[in-house]
Amino acid sequence: MSELSVNHLLGIKYLKKEDINLIFETADHFKEVINRPIKKVPSLRDITIANLFFENSTRTRLSFELAEKRLSADVINFSAASSSVKKGETLIDTVNNILSMKVDMVVMRHPNPGAGVFLSKHVNASIVNAGDGAHEHPTQALLDSYSIREKLGEIQGKKVVIVGDILHSRVALSNIFALKLQGAEVKVCGPKTLIPKYIEKLGVTVETDLTKALQWCDVANMLRVQNERMEISYFPSTREYTQQFGVNKRLLDSLDKEIVIMHPGPINRGVEITSDVADSKQAIILDQVQNGVAVRMAVIYLLASKIKQ
Amino acid sequence: MSQKLLLSAKEIDIILHRLACQLIENHTHFEDTVLVGVQPRGIFLADRIKNILVKDYQLTELKMGYLDITFYRDDFRRGEKPLEANKTHIDFTVEDKRVVFIDDVLYTGRSIRSALTAIQSFGRPREIELLTLIDRRFSRHLPIQPNYRGRQVDAINQEKVKVHWLENGGEDAVYLISN
Repeated sequence: MSELSVNHLLGIKYLKKEDINLIFETADHFKEVINRPIKKVPSLRDITIANLFFENSTRTRLSFELAEKRLSADVINFSAASSSVKKGETLIDTVNNILSMKVDMVVMRHPNPGAGVFLSKHVNASIVNAGDGAHEHPTQALLDSYSIREKLGEIQGKKVVIVGDILHSRVALSNIFALKLQGAEVKVCGPKTLIPKYIEKLGVTVETDLTKALQWCDVANMLRVQNERMEISYFPSTREYTQQFGVNKRLLDSLDKEIVIMHPGPINRGVEITSDVADSKQAIILDQVQNGVAVRMAVIYLLASKIKQ
Repeated sequence: MSQKLLLSAKEIDIILHRLACQLIENHTHFEDTVLVGVQPRGIFLADRIKNILVKDYQLTELKMGYLDITFYRDDFRRGEKPLEANKTHIDFTVEDKRVVFIDDVLYTGRSIRSALTAIQSFGRPREIELLTLIDRRFSRHLPIQPNYRGRQVDAINQEKVKVHWLENGGEDAVYLISN
């Protein structure tokens, strides 16, 4: 397979296993490119990409922008804070106005789940979902899987536990889809209040004892507690959360094997993981960030290759 | 479809040895020279040339890499088939080096144009030369000519020149294929 089966990246849900393989193989090439003295290729010099961020983001936005620039695309940036959205313009109007400036691809982060799907049905451009509410964050899941593959060789048969705020996490949902598609075993672990009901239907198991979950897994993906999405209190205190669901060096050293620690960022040091864990050799957090650029280059390159001249 | 043998295994062997000798004539000890096989098909020829230089002429310090040009091609989104990338393996800088591109067939010259851009990601070479096994005369789209050529071939555009290598699951041979 040398072409994606989709014209947009709206979620992992819409991808096939072969799509993920193709993205990873392409990302391997781009990883080599971004480690050269000159880290740029001219492939997308006739493509214009708009980054529309209706929600705050630092690393995803930088990562996308860098990926686009490394591919020589023209890039325009837009953030909701400084836009006409505040003046009452609709999403479709905003995007169509931008597209009338001859934009080929839209990378969008939006607080509403399904915003990317909605947009893909109404505008004539390739859409990349950079996070839609608590729904999906496909490129994060792809770079997480890519990082596991790089560290452990393959995803098939590996045991991955996702720890923390599963309820509000688009990273968790996309990761579950991506890992299951590639044949991994997935467990989620966190306070019962932060684990969605019926999550087992996605083919994952639930564990509320962190030590047991860590004993079981090869990889632990530690999520951030998303206080900004919580309107009510889901656990008594941050201190209690940390005591039950935070990973520290002592806990890691007590395991009879060495597991890989991941975190999508931003880290709340001392809450979900301690500093000594975040900075340890077992943590591949900064590899994830570097791989993010290569994976996003691959996604953009492969989608752009499907845009007609 | 008919095919005509242009070069047999024996003829290819003789040509490869001649090309290796011509390289030695110009580069002597290869201290500042690097060989770069152009992916995907130039790498077989590059490996062969390197083997001859190492085994027959003891040039054991010779540096060689593979260069993929996919992301530098000028036909992205223009063809019917999507472009498939190959591995680039260059673990040295080409800054102030004498680079020799190695490719099996020189046809329109567009691949070499892409390679000329791609190699600049690894530094600024002092000079770049081109070695090719088959030079399809009169079919160039760009002003690019080889410095070392195995055999010059006059083929019309509808014809294809196909190079087979032992390593590629066949035998060494060059065919002219016409429909």
